[in-house]
Amino acid sequence: MRLGEILPGTGAFAVVQRNYRVWRKLLVPSMLGNFGDPLLYLLALGYGLGHFVGRMDGVPYITFIASGIVASSVMNTASFEGLYSAFTRMSAQRTYAAMLATPLRVSDILAGEVLWCAVKGLISAVAIMIVASFFGAIQGPWIFLAPPVILLAGLSFGGLALVMTALARSYDFFMYYFTLVITPMFLFCGVFYPIHSLPPFAQHLAQVLPLTHVVALLRPLLTGHLPHAAFYHIGVLWLYTLTAYVGAWRLLGRRLLR
Amino acid sequence: MSPRWEPVAPAVNPVFLELRTLHKRYGTREVLRGVDLALARGECFALVGPNGAGKSTAVRAIQGLTPMDDGEIRIGGRGLIEMGRTARAIMGVVPQADNLDPDFTVQENLWIYGRYFGLSKPLIRQRSAELLEFMALGGHAGQPIHALSGGMQRRLTIARALINTPQLLLLDEPTTGLDPQARHLIWQRLRELRRQGTTLLLTTHYMDEAERLADRVGIIDHGRILAEDSPRGLISVYIPGGVVELRRVDGEPPDPQNLHRQWVRASERVGDTLLCYGPDLSPLLAHFAEDPAYQWLQRPASLEDVFLHLTGRDLREETEYAAR
Ligand SMILES: Nc1ncnc2c1ncn2[C@@H]1O[C@H](COP(=O)(O)OP(=O)(O)OP(=O)(O)O)[C@@H](O)[C@H]1O
Ligand SMILES: [Mg+2]
Repeated sequence: MRLGEILPGTGAFAVVQRNYRVWRKLLVPSMLGNFGDPLLYLLALGYGLGHFVGRMDGVPYITFIASGIVASSVMNTASFEGLYSAFTRMSAQRTYAAMLATPLRVSDILAGEVLWCAVKGLISAVAIMIVASFFGAIQGPWIFLAPPVILLAGLSFGGLALVMTALARSYDFFMYYFTLVITPMFLFCGVFYPIHSLPPFAQHLAQVLPLTHVVALLRPLLTGHLPHAAFYHIGVLWLYTLTAYVGAWRLLGRRLLR
Repeated sequence: MSPRWEPVAPAVNPVFLELRTLHKRYGTREVLRGVDLALARGECFALVGPNGAGKSTAVRAIQGLTPMDDGEIRIGGRGLIEMGRTARAIMGVVPQADNLDPDFTVQENLWIYGRYFGLSKPLIRQRSAELLEFMALGGHAGQPIHALSGGMQRRLTIARALINTPQLLLLDEPTTGLDPQARHLIWQRLRELRRQGTTLLLTTHYMDEAERLADRVGIIDHGRILAEDSPRGLISVYIPGGVVELRRVDGEPPDPQNLHRQWVRASERVGDTLLCYGPDLSPLLAHFAEDPAYQWLQRPASLEDVFLHLTGRDLREETEYAAR
């Protein structure tokens, strides 16, 4: 019974469909937000900083940074969707309450939301990959393996964000999450420089964070290699995804079914 | 011809929705304290009660959206918990607070709601065209929600609740805040649904609404059902006969010598008014109607009189403070 309740059903796709329909209406501003920022980082740092750095880990700096930017934009897009947008749907718009009056269950809503976070992450990542490929900043035969990794990354960041959303009393709460979790990952998980340049304790810390594993998978794939220890990184991301899902399911259930 | 046993028809359970000794606590506060309720299939039942009486909690419980501390809910003879989400597949819900999807138009709201029920696209198209017509929203299909008046939003919420052709329709204060035109339209439609065999459970603060729509009315207060019967049955049991309201023109308390007592069955003083109840109040009127110091009103007893008789006249905010 309990297991049946936590496993999502096909209703999750109706939730994805709802979000997709809304997103399609606001396509231009939404894309600009998800895609403009990372592109500016890519060009400014790739060319500006790249001029002084030259090569990093054996590739031109813009190539090095492109995969990092793809990874961090998945993190940002999925997190933003799972925090601010999901919280708006849950509290201000009471969309979850409306959904719960239908056969949809908390697990369907949650799975739909997390899946949508991943899809949005994928959309922005693909857009950046297309532009980056014009600059020759991503290349190689393994690019087509990137989307499944990106989706998995989106699931774990989306799941973590929904844990926060299930706990949040107001939007202010999310500032802590950004300052204490998202921004450190952005800066210390190998987006801009390889992790081995950090002091050892920081390296260990970085190993615990999900973005590190996303970068470890995406950087080789987008520069023409297969990643080392790929299954280990994939395993860590699945662990994050499933743990976050179970946590968010409990918290949301407690919040919505009172 | 040898005698034969006729096959015994399975016992038909006329009860469609059943609540048995439902208990619900929030913290230490008991919000439902043993609610028993039985609705026959096709019946319209109105739950009336003061603010905070537990009406919305009961409505949420029937949807399986709030864990119960004790008691049981059965629908069509099956336990709600064992039915799981299939229970909600045969229900339509009009919640107390509107939750239409503000990111969508009228039409899209019906469409996505149908998707939540897993209905096919052609079926949703057909149903939403019928429902927009039914709730007099035909010309507004493409409008965004924020462009609709409160009455139109409420009608759309009802249309949305009907997308799955529910057997049980739960309406939590469906007409609160609406103008008479909108209320009358909604009443028409609810009666039509009842004729088509839908079982209706509605909550309301409008006694006239309960009187007009409901086969039976339950009066709930502090989480308990105090009385339930047909509107006429309740009135004849609790306030037989008529009512006379007496007031003095100068605002002083009317009839200080309590002369009225000899002619009435019951009376009460509420502010500047003396309310007299009884089967024959003509001697009372004969005494006071001629007196120029008095204003009076004679009227039949109403459900509102029963309601106030059973739940008292205190404002709920005050009793809540007193209880703390
Ligand atoms: N989630 C909750 N947590 C704590 N208390 C709650 C919760 N939901 C309802 N209550 C309390 O339970 C009581 C019954 O609430 P309910 O909403 O069922 O009343 P109601 O009869 O629908 O009132 P109204 O006519 O104002 O809509 C109220 O005192 C309310 O404050
Ligand atoms: Mg209520």
